[in-house]
Amino acid sequence: MQRRTLFAVAAVMVALLLICGCTGTTSDPTPAEKQQLRIATTTSLYDTKLLERLTPIFEEEYNAEVLIVSAGTGKAIEYGQRGDVDVLMVHDRVREDAFLADGYGVNRRVFAYNYFVIVGPESDPAGIKGMQPEAAFTAIREKGMAGTPGVVFVSRGDNSGTHSKEKAIWKGAGFNYSADVQGSGDWYQEAGTGMGATLEMANEKQAYTLSDIGTYLAYKGDLDLVTLVDEGDILLNIYCAMQINPAKYPDINSTVAKDWVNFMISDDVQKEIASFGVDQYGRPLFYAAQDDWEKIGVPQAEVKDPIA
Amino acid sequence: MYEIIEGFVEAIRLIVTLDPDVMAIAARSVIISLTATVLATLFAVPLGAAIYFGTFRGRKGLINLIQTLYALPTVVVGLLIFLLISRVGPFGSLRLLFTPTAMVIAQTVLILPIMTGLTISALSGVDPVLRDTLRSLGATRLQFLVNIMKEARFAILAAVAIGFGRAISEVGAAILVGGNIMASSFASSTRVLTTAISLETSMGNISESIALGIVLLIIALGVNLAITTVQHR
Repeated sequence: MQRRTLFAVAAVMVALLLICGCTGTTSDPTPAEKQQLRIATTTSLYDTKLLERLTPIFEEEYNAEVLIVSAGTGKAIEYGQRGDVDVLMVHDRVREDAFLADGYGVNRRVFAYNYFVIVGPESDPAGIKGMQPEAAFTAIREKGMAGTPGVVFVSRGDNSGTHSKEKAIWKGAGFNYSADVQGSGDWYQEAGTGMGATLEMANEKQAYTLSDIGTYLAYKGDLDLVTLVDEGDILLNIYCAMQINPAKYPDINSTVAKDWVNFMISDDVQKEIASFGVDQYGRPLFYAAQDDWEKIGVPQAEVKDPIA
Repeated sequence: MYEIIEGFVEAIRLIVTLDPDVMAIAARSVIISLTATVLATLFAVPLGAAIYFGTFRGRKGLINLIQTLYALPTVVVGLLIFLLISRVGPFGSLRLLFTPTAMVIAQTVLILPIMTGLTISALSGVDPVLRDTLRSLGATRLQFLVNIMKEARFAILAAVAIGFGRAISEVGAAILVGGNIMASSFASSTRVLTTAISLETSMGNISESIALGIVLLIIALGVNLAITTVQHR
């Protein structure tokens, strides 16, 4: 008796499983004719709403649907490595180089750049205003370690492109990041979140942080933080788009991915990028990379040549 | 304080004017979580009944395990499903990652233990006198099962309500397997109330966050009212 009941229950469950399996496939939300393009992007391009401005133009022109997952550069690269997206939009030349060298990515094109800024409270308790970035970091660390009241640095702490840049600045200032900075005291706090959220957190704590200028300007209205350091070669911030290698993941949407990368370096979009945010913030959030390849030190082909 | 009041005012405006973005996000939340709850019910109730009525080795251990899984963190479920459906994962060829279907799967897995466990509790709560009466009246196995289940239906309904509540309020799995995508078509988007609140808050749009939070509570209230109505009939 017992056994028969159990068997009956098991049979019902198997039947349900089959039904669910069928309904699962029928509700699969893939529009028939439209191509889907999956992009993993760094948060700054998303939070500034640049992509929100560009995607409708692309969708119209290419009859595609753009699905954007906004994550830090580290996470975006992870999605790319796993073949879960078709295009990466990130800003970390060093890790991009490794990604390309490992064969995960192809056809990198640089479409925009801007600069990182060190922002902090107007009172500037560490006195870094107008310093070079490396000197400013040294001063923040020194004052922070000494327990000067109000000296706190909030780090992205999420392996994003901005976090990479921060580490590079610490290195440039002569510190070993994991030994001298990370966990060296209450003055250094890791947020583990996106740029916007990190700025909100730094604002709440009236702390220093490193931000890309685009996200900072887009959030400025809500923040009491001011730009303290904005000059120094190391602060250059270069954005690229690249395809995930179709040789690695053959069923990837490589045609529309190629269209997207070419779209980003097209004259129209470059103009769009150069003017984006001017009406709202009085200055552009990003500079178009098109004519400045020499200035930002990338090969001309990465800026000018569309993918064949 | 001003911020909170301002948030509430904005919230009411967004809700009263039926703001299309907010409504789409709310509708998506309900569709995804309701689907997950229905699927989980279809698995959990028979499974709970099988465990309750069954006599097999390790039954106690199994119940313990199920109860432990009540505390399953949503991000752990998200991570597990992510690894399974990511392209390099075993089900990668289905290309489910970053789709609403993936969110339904994750939420179903998430609420399965609590719904199974509560079904077992519901059945345990049935008056033993009923069991004895049914047996002494010579009920067949099927009659016995049907009558016990009937007696426990309100408690099982409560399990369904709790499952739905956990599904619609979770954010960890939704953001990991859904990706919080706002696409141009409704069906491809994966932004739901909780992930939208998380994003809006991180972008400093507090009033939108409050509005979305209120919508979430209104939905929960509606579901509870519906279930109470059924229970009192």
